[in-house]
Amino acid sequence: MAEKNSVLIDGQVVPLNGEKSILELTRKIGIELPTFCYHSELSLYGACRMCVVEIEGRGIMASCSTPPVPGMKILTNSPRVQRVRRTVLELLLANHDRECTTCDRNGTCKLQDLANRFGVKKIRFGERDLKLPLDTSSPSLVRDPNKCILCGDCVRMCSEVQGIGVLDFNGRGSSAQVTPAFNKDLAEVDCVNCGQCSAVCPTGAIVVKDETDRAWAAINNPEKLVVVQVAPAVRVALGEEFGLPAGELVTGKVVAALKRLGFDKVFDTSLAADLTVIEETNEFIDRLQKGERLPQFTSCCPGWVKYAEHNEAEYLKHLSSCRSPQQMFGSLVKKHWATELGKKPEDIFVVSIMPCTAKKYEAGLPQFTTDGVPDVDLVLTTQELARMIREAGLLFDQLEVESFDTPFGFTTGAGVIFGATGGVAEAVLRAAHELVTGEPIEQVNFTEVRGFDHRKEATVEIAGQEIKVAVVHGLANAKALLKELKEGKVHYDIIEVMACPGGCIGGAGQPISTSPETKKERAKGIYNADKLSQIRKAQDNPVVTKFYERWLEKPNSHAAHEALHTAYVNRSRINGEQIQLLTSKQKEQVDVAVCVGTCCYLKGSYDTLNKFMQQAEAAKVTDKINLYATFCLEGCEQSPAVKVNNQIINGVTPDQAEKVFKEKVLSKLE
Amino acid sequence: MNNPALDQLKQWQQQWQQAFQKEKARILVCAGTGCVANGSLQVYQALKQEVEARGEFVTVDLILEEEKSGVTVVKSGCHGFCEKGPLVRLEPSGVLYTKVKPEDAAEIVEALINNGEPVERLLYRHPVTGEVFAQENQIPFYRHQKRTSLLHCGVIDPENIREYIVDDGYQALIKAVTTMTPEEVCREILDSGLRGRGGGGFPTGRKWEFTRIEEGPKKYVICNGDEGDPGAFMDRSLLEGDPHRILEGMAIAGYAVGADEGYIYVRAEYPLAVERLKNAIAAAHEYGLLGQNILGTGFNFEIKIKEGAGAFVCGEETALIASIEGKRGMPSPKPPFPAQSGLWGKPTLINNVETFANVALIIRQGADWFRQFGTEKSPGTKTFAITGQVANTGLIEVPMGITLRDVVFEIGGGIRDGKKFKAVQIGGPSGGCLTEEHLDLKLDYDSLLSAGAMIGSGGLVVMDEDTCMVEVARFFMNFTQNESCGKCVPCREGTKRMLEILQRAVDGEGRPEDVELLQDLAEAVRDGSLCGLGKTAPNPVLTMLKYFKDEYIAHVVDKKCPAGVCSALKGYYIVPEECKGCSKCARSCPVQAISGEIKKPFTIDQDKCIKCGACVSTCPFKAIKEG
Amino acid sequence: MKQELLKTTPEEEQSSTYQRKFEKVNEVINRLGRSRSALIPILQEVQEEYRYLPEEILTYIATALDLSPASVFGVATFYAQFSLEPKGKYVIKICDGTACHVRGSDPVREALLKRFNLEGKKRTTDDLRFTVETVSCLGACGLAPVVLINDKIYGQMTPEAINLIIDEIMKEDAEDE
Repeated sequence: MAEKNSVLIDGQVVPLNGEKSILELTRKIGIELPTFCYHSELSLYGACRMCVVEIEGRGIMASCSTPPVPGMKILTNSPRVQRVRRTVLELLLANHDRECTTCDRNGTCKLQDLANRFGVKKIRFGERDLKLPLDTSSPSLVRDPNKCILCGDCVRMCSEVQGIGVLDFNGRGSSAQVTPAFNKDLAEVDCVNCGQCSAVCPTGAIVVKDETDRAWAAINNPEKLVVVQVAPAVRVALGEEFGLPAGELVTGKVVAALKRLGFDKVFDTSLAADLTVIEETNEFIDRLQKGERLPQFTSCCPGWVKYAEHNEAEYLKHLSSCRSPQQMFGSLVKKHWATELGKKPEDIFVVSIMPCTAKKYEAGLPQFTTDGVPDVDLVLTTQELARMIREAGLLFDQLEVESFDTPFGFTTGAGVIFGATGGVAEAVLRAAHELVTGEPIEQVNFTEVRGFDHRKEATVEIAGQEIKVAVVHGLANAKALLKELKEGKVHYDIIEVMACPGGCIGGAGQPISTSPETKKERAKGIYNADKLSQIRKAQDNPVVTKFYERWLEKPNSHAAHEALHTAYVNRSRINGEQIQLLTSKQKEQVDVAVCVGTCCYLKGSYDTLNKFMQQAEAAKVTDKINLYATFCLEGCEQSPAVKVNNQIINGVTPDQAEKVFKEKVLSKLE
Repeated sequence: MNNPALDQLKQWQQQWQQAFQKEKARILVCAGTGCVANGSLQVYQALKQEVEARGEFVTVDLILEEEKSGVTVVKSGCHGFCEKGPLVRLEPSGVLYTKVKPEDAAEIVEALINNGEPVERLLYRHPVTGEVFAQENQIPFYRHQKRTSLLHCGVIDPENIREYIVDDGYQALIKAVTTMTPEEVCREILDSGLRGRGGGGFPTGRKWEFTRIEEGPKKYVICNGDEGDPGAFMDRSLLEGDPHRILEGMAIAGYAVGADEGYIYVRAEYPLAVERLKNAIAAAHEYGLLGQNILGTGFNFEIKIKEGAGAFVCGEETALIASIEGKRGMPSPKPPFPAQSGLWGKPTLINNVETFANVALIIRQGADWFRQFGTEKSPGTKTFAITGQVANTGLIEVPMGITLRDVVFEIGGGIRDGKKFKAVQIGGPSGGCLTEEHLDLKLDYDSLLSAGAMIGSGGLVVMDEDTCMVEVARFFMNFTQNESCGKCVPCREGTKRMLEILQRAVDGEGRPEDVELLQDLAEAVRDGSLCGLGKTAPNPVLTMLKYFKDEYIAHVVDKKCPAGVCSALKGYYIVPEECKGCSKCARSCPVQAISGEIKKPFTIDQDKCIKCGACVSTCPFKAIKEG
Repeated sequence: MKQELLKTTPEEEQSSTYQRKFEKVNEVINRLGRSRSALIPILQEVQEEYRYLPEEILTYIATALDLSPASVFGVATFYAQFSLEPKGKYVIKICDGTACHVRGSDPVREALLKRFNLEGKKRTTDDLRFTVETVSCLGACGLAPVVLINDKIYGQMTPEAINLIIDEIMKEDAEDE
């Protein structure tokens, strides 16, 4: 007799404890049902049909979307279930570019794994008939539509977790594809290069761009001094590639491996992170005292920065002007260290080992150069480093630990916790009080900002002033926060944003993992490393102090700005030709363009445009004006923007339209 | 009991009923899509002019408002007998004219006004017996029908709410709202045994009850008018011919489940239906029969129209909801069912157009009245769109449980051009093919399901001996393959591969092992697909493999198309008995594929033959056949 | 001199239609609202105006409705009604529903494709006059096979009959210009 609140799974009585789905229940009793489209952090999709089970009286159902009901009789591996699963795999494989041996995901591909598990040895259907071109336009990612199984994981990741929606389905039926809007390349759309799509992709349809060849070339080039920096998050994840548990701290082995691979100097990005803390905290204190550009947003995450450049033009000036630790490091190496060594910037080849795909993009930005040479020449992800280690045949777990080289090797706990969400905020809090009052504080741990909640908040008192801190990770959470900020629902002074869920430890360059536990373990590793550090505050780092003495004078000095700060670009623009609404037929004429791009449009620029039309008609000057609707004048901060001849006028809201038209347009015709 | 709302309705009814007695005669011109395409609007104009010329013309409004006497000329909804359109029906005589042209108008009006004999050449003539029928209800096409939900189609002016009210319209709504509890309304529908007319046949009353018991201040009612089954057009006819009945059904449902807002989702291909609905909604508002505080009863109900954008899959309820929400119309897994979480996450009742068309009838006349038609488990009547190679095509309504034979041979008048019956495809791309052995099968949900077919929305395509069943299966697979949303793997990839296998059969490239492969794949797609579209997509293939396996084997093993349809498999052969051995064919053959001895039967070498057909036309004895 | 000023150049004419269309897009958005559920009705009306959905207009609509362009593109490519390429002045829809199919819609389509020299995936003539499409069912099965040209239904089609109708349309079209 089955118990009242239980179901029968493959003949076994299984009690129910509020499980939401049969899938969840089976996992509890040690049955791993196969899935492609199920991810606990994404919405239910129910499309891959791999997780189906047979339920008496109801037939074949997807276990991910069906809640267990007391008394259900469930078969997880009946002949009908087996046939569906094998057929699904066979159908997917038939339509899949099966060049497994040369695929980036060979060995980590879920399709390959499941085909193997289910013994699919023969494909009875025709080959894929369409060979679509690869999208290699992105500096970070490569999209291969021929390997896409349309599970939609990337689509949901990009829209639900990252709030961007760069990818979506288009077309339908067997011609459906996942692409950016209008089949454009990734580089042409608002992709922030966070790479989370590649992290959830079960196959090789979106992968991190592999640049290990360039690393080997540099290493084998005797002319170059090849230096490498290692980001904090790498040291708690690289071990996973070699069978070590997630979160195990392998700093010494990473250093050893890099040296064995032939890098001349191995440095720690955490040191640059300490520098970031000092610069950013000083910048914050300055803004706080002046009461301007608050809240201040962190700027270490290139995914977040690009997101803001595309979507939050009006908040760009709120971003800290600090470069990210990676770029501060590169800049110091090429601008100052090279000079000390008597080398030119091009003689040193700077490689970064990052948990992040967006760092590849960041390193290629034109502003991050010295004498026209990139400050960071090459960014490799944790995944790529693992590949190099394997290629070199190094037995990672047997390597003897080694330490970072000087001078960029001295680290504090503050720099290390940059790797987890909340780390930057915590590091800043460790420094802020002391930098304002000159008095060190006892408190080192600010645990309110740690952990995986969507938004974390803390209030601290600095010199009698209450400072409100917020931490978000995952850009959808950032988007929600910004919305509330705009609506005046919340108030903060400093906000940390990391694009990837969990912060850098959850970066898309990290070893592929589908378990949500992995990130938690990595975060534990990070905080463990912090706890073990002798020095835990950035301001106590003696090397950083020395850098100021030798190269940078003092925080936020001119020299520091030259080397460590940057500016942002507004990238919100609709691609499209401007639309001419009035055409002048007279010699005497004025060009007027009204922006109807995103920001301006949302602030009523279309009404402004209409008012201009009415005004022109009322003043009988329609034949003296070339009136355009244009898609971006890049004046988003004080939108709506209008351009009269060559002058840009900002803030032309509909109620200002009449005045502006009279003063700026009609005056030119008199 | 005092019931001011009902009194108001009845007062209107009586007032207008009396007025209608001033109407001397009525000429109804079918303005359904079929007849319009055949020029019925010109016929309407011509008839109107003729009546006007005789000084007898009045409008319905003139009769109602000024009690003028005269002859009205009215555009009606679809009569169903599209084959014979444009159709003109006379009231009160019940005479039906077929294939009317504008130039017939004078004669028709003359005969009508002078109370003369109907114009015989325009009456329906039985194609076989030659018998002439004057009255619509005598014509075999109509005689075997039982029109209840289609009752008004072709009889009243769909653009005039007053005609609907005269015929007891909106009384069911007022009855439900003023004399029944929502629970009682659900119970009445459940007791009637009404099952979803859109395909699945789920008991409507249960669906209502599920939605009713959900908590929450906001619920929705959706009318699914995304009639996408090729070969079915009953929803279109109902929406065009009797829109108020659908509105009333939806409003009753709203009251029963606790919703105050409804959506009608209409296919983009049905602009006339949209027009009529807009008109009807406005008129119902005008009379206080929709909107806030309906006839003072305190019940509120608003109806909005959503036009589809061309996706068959949106007939699936979760896809339809996604489409209303402005998304790609991709189905989502059930549970949760729309009754729990539907439009914008709110409890939502979705029924098909024809289902709603039955609601007011049941509420007004009771569950027992409804149960007198049809069978125990499938009570009521069902509309079918009967098309294909049948003599009379059109829209019919019959009691559930009628035999296929009655439908095809009595109502449909048998096969065209004296050909032989081969199969009926029922239920569109989700249904299956039935054969001669099923002719005495009862048309109801369960009998059809047991035969591997489905009522679906009621498309009934009759096929004759010249139809290739493999080609038909390919046709349906091509359809579902095109209309698959692409979300779940079995449907997206499976339909594509089934089509690939069927395509190579008709292209003459089939393989013997395909027989098993196709069966296996079809069953896996049926089991594994996410939504109803995918789950039923293999039905045409499975029934083909069940009932016409020989024909498929002929294609893939013998490389022959027995029906002679698949051109890649076409061949020419000489019938030995008819060949006189004259050698004309051999001489006409450009590739020397024909050989033989003079005065003995010649033969064609199939390997050499290029299927040019030159020999066929030269043979003086018609001894060369295609096949 | 004055005469010349009054004459409109082709470019000007184009700009004025563009202006009208742009105004239409805004009018439609304002009328139908900016909720996601208004997306499909907006696309329908905009397509009516342009006869297709140009990329920048789709991006513009995405902006107005606060949706990602990819998502709007996804909707626009899901429904058969929408076209991202300009359609012809006359859109000919050949019904290939079951009834039409078994009564010979294929030869009608072939005749049209041949007449307009439409090969491969090409469905619109170079002069943007005719677009030939296949639709699943127009619901006029009693008249099968059926062809819909813009808003007008033609029943019981044959290759010969459709060619005569096209002749007629071409004649009328030439007279219009």
